[in-house]
Amino acid sequence: MKTTPFTETHIALGAKMHEFAGYNMPIEYSGINDEHITVRNGVGVFDVSHMGEIWVKGPKALDFLQRVCSNDVSKLSIGQAQYTYFPNGKGGIVDDIIVYYFESEKYMLVVNASNLEKDWNWLVKNNTEGVELENASDHTAQLAVQGPKAVEVLQKLTSVNLAEIPFYHFKVGDFAGVKNVILSNTGYTGSGGFELYFYPEDGMKIWNALFEAGKEYGIKPIGLGARDTLRLEKGFCLYGNEIDETTSPLEAGLGWITKFVDGKNFIDRERLEKEKAEGLKRKLVKFELQERGIPRSGYEIVNADGEVIGQVTSGTMLPETKIGMGLGYVNAPYFKNGEPIYVKIRNKNIEAKIVK
Amino acid sequence: MNTPSNLKYSKDHEWVRVEGDIAVIGITDFAQSELGEIVFVEVETVGETMDAGEVFGSVEAVKTVSDLLLPVSGEIVEFNEQLEDAPELVNDDPYGEGWMIKVAMSDKTELDELLDAEGYQASVG
Repeated sequence: MKTTPFTETHIALGAKMHEFAGYNMPIEYSGINDEHITVRNGVGVFDVSHMGEIWVKGPKALDFLQRVCSNDVSKLSIGQAQYTYFPNGKGGIVDDIIVYYFESEKYMLVVNASNLEKDWNWLVKNNTEGVELENASDHTAQLAVQGPKAVEVLQKLTSVNLAEIPFYHFKVGDFAGVKNVILSNTGYTGSGGFELYFYPEDGMKIWNALFEAGKEYGIKPIGLGARDTLRLEKGFCLYGNEIDETTSPLEAGLGWITKFVDGKNFIDRERLEKEKAEGLKRKLVKFELQERGIPRSGYEIVNADGEVIGQVTSGTMLPETKIGMGLGYVNAPYFKNGEPIYVKIRNKNIEAKIVK
Repeated sequence: MNTPSNLKYSKDHEWVRVEGDIAVIGITDFAQSELGEIVFVEVETVGETMDAGEVFGSVEAVKTVSDLLLPVSGEIVEFNEQLEDAPELVNDDPYGEGWMIKVAMSDKTELDELLDAEGYQASVG
């Protein structure tokens, strides 16, 4: 199994460890609920060094990205990041990613760890523009520092004015005495904060500085378990659950990062435009159960007559409100007509309400 | 891992404490630790007579749900209603306050087929 610069630290802290995307990763430390609440109310640190980083360089870099990505990469200014996905040529999704625009002709793509090899092969195969591709994943480590107190903690450790970095923007600067750290105002929790990218050998210096600076704010390490409940509560897609090679990005609610603009002839553009014009057959919704219960991936969604109208893709009991909530695909017209839907949990149909 | 020697165990990670003809049943320390934080214990079989091995309820943790399998046959006479509001008792005190059901056993010889503490420990490695 692969390790990150922090694997030994996680074990020493007593984290429950599990294999994820080939890495030995922390699932939880103090408990998923406690960690979730820590990020919502204070500040937590996630080791996300398993994420993949691929650099795209050269005079044709923008042309290449405009073709393989769904979002309009030409809208980016230097120092800006963008959420996007790779359409797979068959109406599905290769991966959902973030594009960082570093300087003219130089971009960094941050991809899901579990898809890294597949993404790399996909980019190589589609590189008709002859751009330079570099897989920097093994010499790039990443920590996500998230929560309403994150910026206060981070600002103690850098001369970069973090307040001047808007959401989905980044700067490269010193951090905790380490040079050339990427400070990115992004995250997967919906609670604010930054993601830091750096060389693995600088990892422990940064980790130790963060926990020292964050002590007064009750900073805690957070595992992948709470990472999942935090993203789920905000309705963010997870590749492998909500989206994959077979799911339509439009049905998954990714229409907002699918840009049918002039001059952007991306993979699957025609197919997706047609799909949009014909109207969606189903849509990913976020829902809350009206009675006690926990929706789980794979559970059926039914109508008042018990007919199957969809399926749950992710679910949990929210740590703070104890409400059972989930994401799932629901067929037309139920995803928009306001009729009650039900989640089939064992032998019972529990009413669910679609929420924003 | 805590495995009290005065209890009987099933391979499915339930424990049994015998009180006369009544079996008090819960899940083991190993099971609660594997599941993580337990957020919901559902038992809707009180009053039913069931066979050993049948599903008498379910336990939901943050990440997973597991069936609860009856270790001995009999009538389910009581559910620990404290768990309605405090399912975390199963994590905090799996052999005490976190007990789940009481069963009026119909065949006490089934107890002989259960594991003792040593056998259970060996089964989970």
